[in-house]
Amino acid sequence: MTFLRQFAIIAGVSCLGEGLRALIPLQIPASIYGLVIMLLCLSFGIIRLENVKSGAKFLIEIMPVMFIPAIVELPEAWPQLAPVWAPVVIITVLTTFIVLFCAGRVTQFLLRRQEGRNGHE
Amino acid sequence: MSEWLSQSLFYGAAISLLAYEAGLLINRRFKLAILNPILLAAIAVIGVNAVLGIEYERYYDGAKYLSYLLTPATVSLAVPLYEQFSLLKSNWKAILTGLLAGVLASLVSVWLFSLLFGLDHTMYVTLLPKSITSAIGISLSEEFGGIAAITAPVIILTGILGNVMADFLFRLFRIVHPIARGIGLGAASHALGTVRAIEHGPVEGAMSSLAIAVAGLMTVVLASFFAPLI
Repeated sequence: MTFLRQFAIIAGVSCLGEGLRALIPLQIPASIYGLVIMLLCLSFGIIRLENVKSGAKFLIEIMPVMFIPAIVELPEAWPQLAPVWAPVVIITVLTTFIVLFCAGRVTQFLLRRQEGRNGHE
Repeated sequence: MSEWLSQSLFYGAAISLLAYEAGLLINRRFKLAILNPILLAAIAVIGVNAVLGIEYERYYDGAKYLSYLLTPATVSLAVPLYEQFSLLKSNWKAILTGLLAGVLASLVSVWLFSLLFGLDHTMYVTLLPKSITSAIGISLSEEFGGIAAITAPVIILTGILGNVMADFLFRLFRIVHPIARGIGLGAASHALGTVRAIEHGPVEGAMSSLAIAVAGLMTVVLASFFAPLI
């Protein structure tokens, strides 16, 4: 399967996501609609895994570089941030740790309880 | 020279990719979490732009094609998620409850800290959607009357924090289960956390991808109950 066809499918699904974004009046971005469409298409066999797998793998592999422009933009926000930066940074750091702790530990606790019940700890 | 570079359509993409390669080399050489390749690359680009006198807008003329790929890349996250779907099906209760705990933890902690620091309504709702993917978070912030220009960098900062600190936090909080690691990182640090989760393993990556979508949707629903609190 050529890369080009794989990208065509991924771009097509992204475009469908944009269509849903335009149709549905919710704050859900095209990429999330696209992710759900892709998942449904794979689950129902409309798109076969091998027809998108290597293209998707490539895009995911290079995903880190896609965030560089947004991070480079951070200093541009300084004029707005300057008067409030201290509480904003403290709240941002602490809440990020709290969320990781709560989501991770609650999931882990429930998984272990379930594994214990099923008898294969 | 800066005039030629300012007009270049490829400068932004080229300097970003080169800086990322350099960041990867340094990261592999020293193996320190703080020497994170994305963070190093961004700092290097900011430095080079400053030295050459290139404004962000000119840099972004070329670099926007990297950001452009974020939508198809996010769509592609469905592939690893599909490959781990049986794991998701057999553990869906734990996963959804964990995500709900993460979303509530985010909303409640932003609310309490805003009270503690005496923030007004505008600053409170600006921070409220900080943990979710920027496309959802920024529009939520605007809807509640927040300042998008502050929400955007706060969301990015939240992402970098998770990406850089993941290993340290997993050890500190004793989170060892790969599903729990993926859910925690995705709920706390959206796509930037997911990029790090993928490096941990396929289960972590798939769960973190799921977390971006589900935590984002849960926040859309629940944030509207929290927004009027301050």
